[in-house]
Amino acid sequence: MKTGLLAEHICVHYGRRVVLDDLNVGPFPVGHVSALLGPNGSGKSTLLRAMAGLGESRGTVTLDGQDLSRLSFAQRTRRCIYLPQTLPATVHIQVLESLLAAQHATGWTPAQPEGDAVDGALRMLDVFGIADLAMRYMDELSGGQRQLVGLAQALGRQPDALLLDEPLSALDLHHQFAVMEVLRRETARRGIVTVMVLHDLNIAVRMTDYDVILRDGQIIAAGPPRDVITPDTLRATYDITARVETCSRGLPHVMVDGLS
Amino acid sequence: MRVPDQSRPAASSSSPVPDLSDYARQVRQTYRALLRRRIGILGVMGALIAGSVLLDFCLGPSGLSPSALVRTLLHPHDVSAGQSVIVWQIRLPYALMAVCVGAALGLAGAEMQTVLANPLASPFTLGVSAAAAFGASLAIIMGWGIPGVSDAWVVSADAFVFAIGSVLMLDMVSRRRGAGTGTVVLFGIALVFAFHALVSLLQFVANEDALQDLVFWTMGSLTRATWPKLDLLAAACVVVAPLSFRAAWKLTVLRMGEERAASLGVDVPRVRRGALLRVSILSALAVSFVGTIGFVGLVAPHIARRLLGEDHRFYLPGSMLVGALVMSLSSVAARNLLPGVVIPTGIVTALVGIPFFLAIVLRRRGLS
Ligand SMILES: Nc1ncnc2c1ncn2[C@@H]1O[C@H](COP(=O)(O)OP(=O)(O)OP(=O)(O)O)[C@@H](O)[C@H]1O
Ligand SMILES: [Mg+2]
Repeated sequence: MKTGLLAEHICVHYGRRVVLDDLNVGPFPVGHVSALLGPNGSGKSTLLRAMAGLGESRGTVTLDGQDLSRLSFAQRTRRCIYLPQTLPATVHIQVLESLLAAQHATGWTPAQPEGDAVDGALRMLDVFGIADLAMRYMDELSGGQRQLVGLAQALGRQPDALLLDEPLSALDLHHQFAVMEVLRRETARRGIVTVMVLHDLNIAVRMTDYDVILRDGQIIAAGPPRDVITPDTLRATYDITARVETCSRGLPHVMVDGLS
Repeated sequence: MRVPDQSRPAASSSSPVPDLSDYARQVRQTYRALLRRRIGILGVMGALIAGSVLLDFCLGPSGLSPSALVRTLLHPHDVSAGQSVIVWQIRLPYALMAVCVGAALGLAGAEMQTVLANPLASPFTLGVSAAAAFGASLAIIMGWGIPGVSDAWVVSADAFVFAIGSVLMLDMVSRRRGAGTGTVVLFGIALVFAFHALVSLLQFVANEDALQDLVFWTMGSLTRATWPKLDLLAAACVVVAPLSFRAAWKLTVLRMGEERAASLGVDVPRVRRGALLRVSILSALAVSFVGTIGFVGLVAPHIARRLLGEDHRFYLPGSMLVGALVMSLSSVAARNLLPGVVIPTGIVTALVGIPFFLAIVLRRRGLS
């Protein structure tokens, strides 16, 4: 049964500093893109890492009813992959090879619907519109191009849950929308869970289906974007005065008036 | 081949687009050609090593013609006893030791640079050679040995113990929670200074003969090669290298960043420990048998990276072969630069390696 990604009683501390204390969040729905919002240092990356099983944390994470902590580390990262906030390093290795390496990293390669690993990698690059970069070296790409390669690496492993940490941070407007479209389409088509950290509230309110706002490791609001992104929660989260207006086409739009 | 940089709008086309299969074929061909080219480069290096070993036999004092060499190797009893001894006891271990030491140091340096994410990491720069030198000086100057070790092995055994100890210390530091790769590298540099100071201290109290021995030891020389040592080092290479090659994918991913590797399912601490263990065996054996040879472990990986890229399936063997080639050429040079003298190899490696280094590493990147 597909019940989504659920995290319960998550505790994470760095040394003495407690960042997440008994946090319950989710379930993030299957087939839909969810957003994790919140100011800098609120614990978004920490939460995603904990859900992916990276670093030390306590609590239970279940995906479609299965307790992920029962899996070995390699198996867990195959089901539920975290895409780091930092861009892939500038290594002297071709884009195509970097995708192959990402697939081989756990000594197991995902089955391809057709063709072999090279076909699969190329298809993945094409999904993100960068098939033409296949034979270029990673250390000769722009930041945004590398971010797209990182996304292709993650999706190419065919995970059941995609945890993306600010996947749009280096992308231009065109690619931000293109990537959102791809993620929505692939998430629905594959029936997977996608959670992404976002700072752009307009993208969140328009293109995601389930939002969680975090501040200082506490949940401020969770639910459908229209319920979560409101002037009240935005003041409580970001200390700003903002309005959520409806544009001429009837779509929501967040306008920031100033600091509160 | 390269499709012009027009990024196809991702969202507008559902995959696979009609022209992808054509393009896929093209990419596949290019990629195959690239793999073939890399295998070719490895092959050429292998051939160059063979040539250099042959040169090592044929040039220099009491050099042999190739035909005499083949005869001595195949039918040692048909040639004069003197010639047989020269080939079998002096020339052969010397030439092969060069290859093995180079390969061991090349591989050790390559793995170190990857797992410590630092282009300056090598057995020499992170204190393994310095530790070995300290061990050797304990044996040479203080006469301290390990009980049960025969005189012929005392210096190497002491050097080995300290060399392996130094890598284990690096490993211990890397295991500490929250110790980044930077910490490990800094610790390695601290080891270099510490052991250099200790060696200087011993040199200060040493008598003249012992001092001369020690100075000669630290210059690094292949003339210390013997069959048992060669066997040991070759066996270590044969056992360790496949283990490294097996970790190639994981190491490649590790190059893309520690956090990224972890998120792709690589157990980073474990991969790092495994690599350091392999490095410790190879580098400790190599430096304890031939003394301080600094340049190869640092530079071979850089040359291999330039020639082969950083796919570790090629980079690791490439670094091994480059190391072996540089060492072998150095050994040729060591015996032919000055007539009648064998210059310590440690001195020559840098002199031979630097032209390579300049030619390949500093070359403008005009890569495909
Ligand atoms: N490795 C670390 N060691 C110590 N403290 C850390 C570490 N990583 C994060 N923190 C602290 O934990 C808190 C949460 O950090 P986290 O990276 O999860 O924030 P974030 O919500 O992802 O922020 P941003 O939007 O800036 O990426 C911050 O206060 C940060 O200072
Ligand atoms: Mg973050």
